[in-house]
Amino acid sequence: MVRIKVNGKLREFDGDGEMPLLWYLRDNLQLTGSKFGCGMGLCGACTVHVNGEAARSCLTPMQSVAGKEITTIEGLDERGSHPLQNAWQQANVPQCGYCQSGQIMQAAALLRKKPSPDDHDIDEAMQGNICRCGTYQRIRQAIKIAAGVKA
Amino acid sequence: MNNLRIASRRDFLGVFSAGALVLGTRVVSARGRGHAAGLDVTKAAWNPNVYLGLEPDGSVIIVAHRSEMGTGIRTSLPMVVADELGADWARVRVEQAVGDEKFGSQDTDGSASILDFYQPMRETGATARVMLERAAAAHWKVAATDCRTENHFVLHAPTGRKVSFGEIVSAAARQPVPRKEELHLKPDSEFRYIGKGVPSVDLKDVCTGRSIYGFDASVPGMVYASIERAPVLGGKMKTFDDTATKQVRGVQQTVVLESAKPPYGFQALGGVAVIADNTWAAAQGRKKLKVEWEDGPHAIYQSESYKKMLLERAAQPQKPVRQAGDVDAAFAKANKVIEASYYTPLLAHASMEPPAALAEFRNGKVEVWTATQNPQAVQKTVAEALGLRKEDVLCHVTLLGGGFGRKSKPDYVAEAALLSKKVGKPVKISWTREEDLRFDYFHSTSAMFFKAALDDTGKPVAWLQRTVFPPIGATFDGKATYADTGDLTQGFTDMPFDVEHIRAENGPAEPHLRIGWLRSVANVYHAFGIQSFIAELAHAAGQDQAEYWLKALGAPRKLDFKTQHAEYDNYGKPLEQFPVDTGKMRRVAEMALERSGWANKKSGNGRGFGFAAHRSFLTYVAAVVEVEVDDKGKLHIPRVDLAVDCGRIIHPDRMRAQFEGASVFGASIAMLGEITAADGRVQQGNFNTYPVARMNDAPFETHVHIVQSNESPTGVGEPGVPPMSPAICNAIFAATGKRIRELPIRKQKLV
Repeated sequence: MVRIKVNGKLREFDGDGEMPLLWYLRDNLQLTGSKFGCGMGLCGACTVHVNGEAARSCLTPMQSVAGKEITTIEGLDERGSHPLQNAWQQANVPQCGYCQSGQIMQAAALLRKKPSPDDHDIDEAMQGNICRCGTYQRIRQAIKIAAGVKA
Repeated sequence: MNNLRIASRRDFLGVFSAGALVLGTRVVSARGRGHAAGLDVTKAAWNPNVYLGLEPDGSVIIVAHRSEMGTGIRTSLPMVVADELGADWARVRVEQAVGDEKFGSQDTDGSASILDFYQPMRETGATARVMLERAAAAHWKVAATDCRTENHFVLHAPTGRKVSFGEIVSAAARQPVPRKEELHLKPDSEFRYIGKGVPSVDLKDVCTGRSIYGFDASVPGMVYASIERAPVLGGKMKTFDDTATKQVRGVQQTVVLESAKPPYGFQALGGVAVIADNTWAAAQGRKKLKVEWEDGPHAIYQSESYKKMLLERAAQPQKPVRQAGDVDAAFAKANKVIEASYYTPLLAHASMEPPAALAEFRNGKVEVWTATQNPQAVQKTVAEALGLRKEDVLCHVTLLGGGFGRKSKPDYVAEAALLSKKVGKPVKISWTREEDLRFDYFHSTSAMFFKAALDDTGKPVAWLQRTVFPPIGATFDGKATYADTGDLTQGFTDMPFDVEHIRAENGPAEPHLRIGWLRSVANVYHAFGIQSFIAELAHAAGQDQAEYWLKALGAPRKLDFKTQHAEYDNYGKPLEQFPVDTGKMRRVAEMALERSGWANKKSGNGRGFGFAAHRSFLTYVAAVVEVEVDDKGKLHIPRVDLAVDCGRIIHPDRMRAQFEGASVFGASIAMLGEITAADGRVQQGNFNTYPVARMNDAPFETHVHIVQSNESPTGVGEPGVPPMSPAICNAIFAATGKRIRELPIRKQKLV
């Protein structure tokens, strides 16, 4: 039995402890904001926070998160108004939108550590998150808007 | 194959040709299960046609019949209806259409949504507006010509009276539907949304993780499937053992799906499916399957030897597809002759969301929820797979996590439907990345050969070009080896330079994998070849690349294919309305050069500027790319300038976004993309072996420059891609002196 907190709610899981967190979130809890993109931690679409740190949920076995706090895109902000979520809308970042949950979660972890990131910091933090529509320029812009740094 | 391909890529206007509006039709309403939207417009109090409904409370429902894969079309077309209607966008609800031929073509492909539907959408809005105006006029006993709509009200200008849409809707519904000739469209000056734009209807949901893609669709009681397929196209199962699979916790059963037979078209490939309680259990069960395959004839396929074969064929005389003058005579007497061969590899689409579908077979009918670019092809494909009528297939369209042409091909939906019929439950199929890359409909590999004779001033006087690639047609007829007119239209037949002697040729190639269209299709390699070769000629002539290009383009003219024995389909549109106009091409070229500051840029010492321009999907695009190559040979792209003439622009921000994205997509193709096969098996499986552009590889900034135009809108989604790879390679040459003739660039040493 694995006990975890997801977006502030206590949950219990008694399935296969090897099952990645991503499938628990998506198939068991219907929290489908975290996406599957590669299953190998190569694309970042499944990014969530585990105890505040960005983690690739597709590679995170359920047994490894026992007792931990998970935050998904659905729980990032109660009203969906996290500064990054607002900035993403201001800059009209998304095209297809599929990778954007992961992008926002990754960026949120970045800003927690570096509230005023420069271009190099942004590259370093975000290069693990693939966007096939090619919205990188606007992702960078939105992170700067949210951080209040000059674009 | 021609017919199938053309029909599936662009089913021109369909119902609109007989008059823009289809009246009084009702489409099947959704059962409303699962997340995907049904078609609520049919439940509206009044729906004057299939795209539009008004409720008594004044809310306006507009149907998005094209698929949303990131272009913003689900917002842009409804926005056009709303503007012409005089609606307040805040009171508009957009509903996604199910697949139904009543909507006309829903095949969201070929950069054609705005091109084909801008006018019909305006007429849809105008029809309802005229009925509202007439109803209000009758109510006030005034002339309808004195009434107009604005911001969800009908106004009577002379008296200043006004009535809301909601108050007048029931009277409007009793008005006769105006004929097309009775409609008056708004002048540009009255546009509130067209040419300005509104935020995407899905923006907030996407940013909060609430939007629903094919991967996210669910219905109660559904099971999850994962399919083991033959590693070589056309392979057949010899034996399989599912003993270990059935011991995996959560696995329910295994199901054998019959192998597809050529031509493969959109058929499910077949294989052994594992049915389980969740995605993970299905995947684990599949890993434990023991399947032996009979590979079949395509096991001979090796990318390396195939590449040699393509290049050899391109070096030999082939079938002429365009001829002017006498190139052989011109080469025989030329003092300076330049030759070059180019090669591009197979590519996979690798949309962020791999193919996914949910299907429920019940009482002889099928309901599916899927990320598809072409819901009517889903109906047809699923119906054929199950022996049903297409009317018995109800296709709900979710958001698409990228498409790029992959999701025009509904093989994965057929898989879900076949499985649902066999297991008697709703079945969800969601492909892994490995399946996505190995069982794609690949973008063709190609080889091209060019030869030009230059006169004493460096001007090209003779130009020979050949292209050889396995054609998409073979996917549908199993036999095609030569390109069809549409393939060659894409950037080959319309080589734009003003050369006295021209011959274009096409050679045959047999595919060993399913070949399909990928964003901008054959334009990708043809632009790479032609726009690289013209830069090679500039270098041979010792001239500035852009100045040489402009001179070679010649005086503004419209290409005449008939006198040069060429067939040209012009993306299905008449040449009289959309000519291949080198004057327009020159204008975008000059704009890109001016805005990028080309004249003051100095290349050399690891920094270089490259130029290319190309027409595709009726749109003209010129690119200037700046590159930096460091002393370790690492490539960086600080800046891209794209100048675009795509006629009237409906949604400027989404148009810019498409070109920003195309800049990255094109850079990814040029720098990184390559699929290879050994013994018929695709060798790449994930983003570690099939790299795509990440933030640190992508152009740092892309500037989009727009030619202001009131002409008919043309394509936006694809045309930004083709000029990217030649412009990057021309910039690398300017920076380093290294000429790239084979993609991807990452496989070459730049220093």
